[in-house]
Amino acid sequence: MKVLYFAWLRTKAGTGEEDLAPPAEVNTVAALVGWLKGRSAGLADAFADMALIRVAVNQDYVGLDHPVKTGDEVAFFPPVTGG
Amino acid sequence: MIRVQAEDFDPGAEIDRFTQGNTKVGGICMFLGLVRDFADNADVHGMTLEHYPGMTEKQLEAIEVEARRRWPLEDALIIHRYGRLDPGARIVLVATASAHREAAFQSCHFLIDWLKTRAPFWKIEHTMDGDQWVAAKDSDDTAATRWDEVPNGDSGC
Repeated sequence: MKVLYFAWLRTKAGTGEEDLAPPAEVNTVAALVGWLKGRSAGLADAFADMALIRVAVNQDYVGLDHPVKTGDEVAFFPPVTGG
Repeated sequence: MIRVQAEDFDPGAEIDRFTQGNTKVGGICMFLGLVRDFADNADVHGMTLEHYPGMTEKQLEAIEVEARRRWPLEDALIIHRYGRLDPGARIVLVATASAHREAAFQSCHFLIDWLKTRAPFWKIEHTMDGDQWVAAKDSDDTAATRWDEVPNGDSGC
C-alpha cells in the first residue's frame, strides 16, 4: 500500500510517500489512521485532528469508513487551496 | 482540455487557439487567477503551489465532465500552474465556449468554484515572517454550494 502525505501533513509526517504493509485488520481508512498514529510522534501529531484532513483512495475522495487494501494508493492532505 | 504545468501561459494566445475553426461558438468566458501580494497577517513575497500529480488531472477532468453535462458547451479549458509563483503571476485560467453567453458565464463560474474546493492544490505563502500554509476558506465552500442545484442548461440568450 502506498501512503502519500501533502502540504503540512508531509512536513509533520517527515516524508511525502511511504510503501507500507499494514496488518490485515487495517481494512478501512479510519483503521489505517489509527495504525499510522502509532508509527511515529510526527504522524500522531499530523493526525491529531481529523476534521482538518481530507482522504483520497486511488485518487478519489473518500470518507473515513472507506475500505483500504493491499495495492491501494491512500493520500492524506489538508483542505485544498488552489485556484 | 486540462493542463497542469509549471510554465507560464499567454491568455490571449490560449483563447485564440481555444475555439479556432469552431464557428458554432458564440461566446467565450474566461477567468484568470493571479497571485495577490497580501495575506491576512504579513506581506507575501511569493508562494509555492504543491499538487498531487495524477489526482489533480483526474479531479479536473471530472469537473470538466460535470460542466459539460450541465451546460451545452462547445469546449472547456483549464490550465493550472504549480511551483514557485511571484505576486502578479498567473496561476489559473478557466475558459468556456458556448453558442450562447449564459452557458459560458455560468459554466466558467462553476468550474472555478468547484476547482477551488476539489482540485488537490495547496498554497504555501512566503512572507516576511516565514512560510505559512494557506488555510482553506469557508467562503470557498459556500461559493461551491451555489452549484449544488443543477440549473436548466437550455437557457438560450
